[in-house]
Amino acid sequence: MTDQELTLKSFALRRRMLTLIHGAGAGHTGGGLSCLDILSLLYNRVLRITPETVDSPTRDRYVQSKGHCVEALYAVMADRGYFPDADLDTVCHYKSYYVGHPTRKIKGMEMNTGALGHGLPICLGMALAAKMDGDAFKVFTLLGDGELAEGSNWEAAMAAAHYKLDNLVAILDHNTLQITGHTKDVMSNEPLDEKWRAFGWEVRAVNGHDYAALTQAITTPHPGKPLFIIANTVKGKGVSFMENVGKWHHGVPSDAELAQALAELEAAEKKLKEAVA
Amino acid sequence: MFTPAAKAMAEKLGLKKGRANLEEFADTLQQLATADKNLVAVTSDSRGSGKLAPYGKALPKQIVEVGIAEQNLVGITAGLAACGKKAFGVSPSCFLTARSLEQIKNDVCYSNVPAVLVGISSGVSYGALGSTHHSLHDFAVLRAINNLTLIAPADNFETREAVKFAAAAKRPVFLRFGKAAMLDVIPAGTKFEAGQAITLREGKDVAFLASGETVIHALLAAAHLAEAGLSARVLSFHTIKPLDTAAVLAAGRECRAVVTVEEHMVHGGLGEAVAATLLAAGLAPRFKIVGLPDEDTVTGAQADIFRHYGISMEGLAETARGLLKT
Repeated sequence: MTDQELTLKSFALRRRMLTLIHGAGAGHTGGGLSCLDILSLLYNRVLRITPETVDSPTRDRYVQSKGHCVEALYAVMADRGYFPDADLDTVCHYKSYYVGHPTRKIKGMEMNTGALGHGLPICLGMALAAKMDGDAFKVFTLLGDGELAEGSNWEAAMAAAHYKLDNLVAILDHNTLQITGHTKDVMSNEPLDEKWRAFGWEVRAVNGHDYAALTQAITTPHPGKPLFIIANTVKGKGVSFMENVGKWHHGVPSDAELAQALAELEAAEKKLKEAVA
Repeated sequence: MFTPAAKAMAEKLGLKKGRANLEEFADTLQQLATADKNLVAVTSDSRGSGKLAPYGKALPKQIVEVGIAEQNLVGITAGLAACGKKAFGVSPSCFLTARSLEQIKNDVCYSNVPAVLVGISSGVSYGALGSTHHSLHDFAVLRAINNLTLIAPADNFETREAVKFAAAAKRPVFLRFGKAAMLDVIPAGTKFEAGQAITLREGKDVAFLASGETVIHALLAAAHLAEAGLSARVLSFHTIKPLDTAAVLAAGRECRAVVTVEEHMVHGGLGEAVAATLLAAGLAPRFKIVGLPDEDTVTGAQADIFRHYGISMEGLAETARGLLKT
């Protein structure tokens, strides 16, 4: 899939994510929109996994540490055929398996996440398992800005470098906002590049909405070191009134807001299609 | 460990001296890992206290050191297990079950990966080191988590069998070991089944439902009571969860009094699990939970602490006699 095709797809994925959050009456809208391009890239280009190979021992693994942004993941995985799109109409409904964080009851989900600071240690174990067994699969996780305040991340950061896990990739959805406000005000974590480098990681910073740049950052080898990607993103990306607005962390659009957001995304998609044509 | 009278009783019963359950665990794990290259131990600077130094030397590719980082230890153990490794995460129970409780709950139990967590030097094994190093809360917190088999073996036999069970299990298991040398309390030829208590002695006056390293004291107390004409049933509840409710109910129906014994705070452990089981079935025998009370725990060697709180032949016999008098 070309970068342009991914961009075109992103409008539909954003719309689906918004409609499912609207239907659920709950969800993490802003962070979902900030990480959606990363997830789409992973599932459409990077990860060596398909709905048919979810049980293969040598598949790549993706564990979403910032589990609260599961709605974006649901939209991307449904689009790839892991489960029927109609299932997403049940998200957060009574007795639905599609809850507000990833669980292994959903086809293709690797682990039950949602409590922050858990994904990286788990992925470290997975990457170690691959090394022990001589398997070539890679392990990916997605972290959030606010999540980095959890100390367990730093335990894992130390250990991953100690074990030279060059089959491990951690991507930070660096939208600089968390539930209370700007991360720099809640608990400053910069300079992230220097910190992760000092821990022994290869660090690359890119625009998290630029498929070409992200692809290069993720797929360029990093021998002897785990890879930390600072994906600079925009919280609420793609919807004008949601971009960089803290209240959309877990804001649910009203009927009118949803209509406006969908209209904006359709207009942007139409404009791009016309430009391509 | 014992008073002279208790020691004499153990000799009279012909109980042989074994070694620390922790040592039995380490040897058993090494044997299993030698035969199964897929088995991995994960340690948090704890291979010495976990008696796994020989394992580490013999099988360096099957041990992962994470440093003093218990949250990371459980996450890594879960990740290894999720990728098909038979992973045993080994760390002092006091840290493993308090600092890493969320990882146990989510990464292991909620995610339902077949990881084994091993709480070493549990209870008051580190008695003299103070409450930072005691794990008197672990039954309570682990019982409150869904999807976990929780085992506290009484002797080397139960330890060996529990480790073998855990290695073959397809679901999360927590094992709890102490570091004092144990007497062999389980007779040769006994069958070990997770979730099924082992009856060590039949009796009708009082039933001692004991777990882990307290079982020996219940057994000695039963023998002591027998000399005074009282018959005491003794069961080893090696599995705290799932609880052998049939054995609990049989004791409640058939014995005049029930005494639970555990190396744990009286809240949330075996005793309260037994009490809830009895009450739900409409049974109300004379009843006492023997454990550590809700107070700053006295310090000293494990044996000192046990004696202080009545976890001894003499203390348990007195508790039983007191209940039977009322």
